[in-house]
Amino acid sequence: MTVTANMLSLKGIVKIFNAGTQDEKHALDGVDLDVSAGDFITIIGSNGAGKSTLLNVIAGTYTPDEGQVIIDGADLTRAPDYKMASYISRVFQSPTMGTAGDMTIEENLCMAELRGRVRSLKWGVTHQRRRHYREILKVLDLGLEDRLKQSVGLLSGGQRQSLTLLMATLTLPKLLLLDEHTAALDPRTAEKVITLTNQMVAENNITTLMVTHNMSQALQYGNRMIMLHQGGIQLDVQGAEKQGLTIQEVINQFGTTLKDETLLACRPEIP
Amino acid sequence: MILSILPISLQQGLAYALVALGIALAFRVLAFPDLTVDGSFPLGGAVAARLIFEGVDPSLAVVAAVMAGFLAGALTGLLNTRLKINSLLAGILMMTILYSVNLRIMGRANIQLLDRPTVFTFMENMDVVRYVPVITFFLLVTLVVKILLDLFLHTEYGMALRATGNNEDMIRSLGVNTDNATVFGLGLSNALVALSGALIAQDQGFSDVGMGIGMIVAGLASIIIGEAMLKPKTVFRLTLAAVIGSLLYRFIISLGLRLGLAPTDLKMATGFMVIIALGIPAFKKSREGKIHLRGV
Repeated sequence: MTVTANMLSLKGIVKIFNAGTQDEKHALDGVDLDVSAGDFITIIGSNGAGKSTLLNVIAGTYTPDEGQVIIDGADLTRAPDYKMASYISRVFQSPTMGTAGDMTIEENLCMAELRGRVRSLKWGVTHQRRRHYREILKVLDLGLEDRLKQSVGLLSGGQRQSLTLLMATLTLPKLLLLDEHTAALDPRTAEKVITLTNQMVAENNITTLMVTHNMSQALQYGNRMIMLHQGGIQLDVQGAEKQGLTIQEVINQFGTTLKDETLLACRPEIP
Repeated sequence: MILSILPISLQQGLAYALVALGIALAFRVLAFPDLTVDGSFPLGGAVAARLIFEGVDPSLAVVAAVMAGFLAGALTGLLNTRLKINSLLAGILMMTILYSVNLRIMGRANIQLLDRPTVFTFMENMDVVRYVPVITFFLLVTLVVKILLDLFLHTEYGMALRATGNNEDMIRSLGVNTDNATVFGLGLSNALVALSGALIAQDQGFSDVGMGIGMIVAGLASIIIGEAMLKPKTVFRLTLAAVIGSLLYRFIISLGLRLGLAPTDLKMATGFMVIIALGIPAFKKSREGKIHLRGV
């Protein structure tokens, strides 16, 4: 038995919004979570359960009011968001968020390749880099390898999100955070992007946290699933237990706490 | 008539192109509506004039002016990023402060340089009409600055600067401290503006504390005209549009003056030009024709 080190440890994370006012909200209420290297965790939960807050705390966008964020042994609880770049890649829901629309495909890739590194006055998109980008873009099978010098703003949402995903893994992160990254896409494109995600995560063995509203996605992908409710972890299943879980079982057990999109998203599959 | 105003519009167009480049860097690349310009332009003139007046080598005086301009822009950036002062207000504050600073630097409202050596002095002794070497000089300076700016904006750091204006959240998540990028970018922008001020003061033979009034509006007019001529789809075209726009703007102004426009109405005319250019799309209600000035 080898002991796998934790890639991410959350210890007693508390995040309160509007503290001391009538609108006080405990978005995260003492969350403990240990993530092993290579884990692919899907995270579900109703609106306001704390899913996005959790990712924002891990990514340094929010500083928790209590608790510790430890990534690969380093305490990064109070590190500013831009310093987290050397540890974390993040893909957001909106395809426009992860790319610079007025800049070209190759420039976006180059900026992503330099994630977390010092940016010098050296030429950005060198011939060598361009060749490399052309190669890896072929994997997407979207014809982007022939459009390196076009603005990203000209791409469709699906193309843009696929590119963002590629950018997120160009320099392998210790941790990949996916924040409902297929939610803004039409179902067919979403399917393509989630397949691509799974392929990239598996090929590179990237430790991944994926927030999703789609319960069938959450069950189908990853080796572990977490359900958040009212700022705490309500369900944490992994391995064989997760593989055996069905949507119906989850609904039967937790249907009362999953009232909104989570249920809507999987409605077609309800027999 | 057009021929007779050509030299003066060429000379001024190229000299003020540096201001247009600086404004393009702030407004278009960084998407930061920086109003420091009205203060950093005379700052460049004031620093250069005072130093030359005190007997410092004119080239050194220009270098000092550029550094002063960088500092002014960087301070506006610090007001905005560290003290969280609104970008427009930060620029207005710095512009206002610089008015006093410029008076202090010069010790009075203006300094005459007619009997002092300037970077243009050697041109007076040439056997040609003065504007030939002067235009050549400004053409060279403007081209070199434009090309260096193009190159810089394609470097690793230059791209981060562009992304700061285009998608700040994204480039932050990729590890760039966008606050520092903004401070540096505004410094660079105002360094170019101060360079222009330092050179123009020497060319015209004096520096005046009021020489920066309306500089932003004139620069914006230049950029808008330039971008109407060629769409700024790339960095190369963006900076080219600033230079061409500056030339056309100065040509239009010279023509207007020649046709009887009172010099005192110049700034009003420029203001109307910008209002019309920015206002037309609102009338047309089409996004298509909209001149996109991100910082505005």
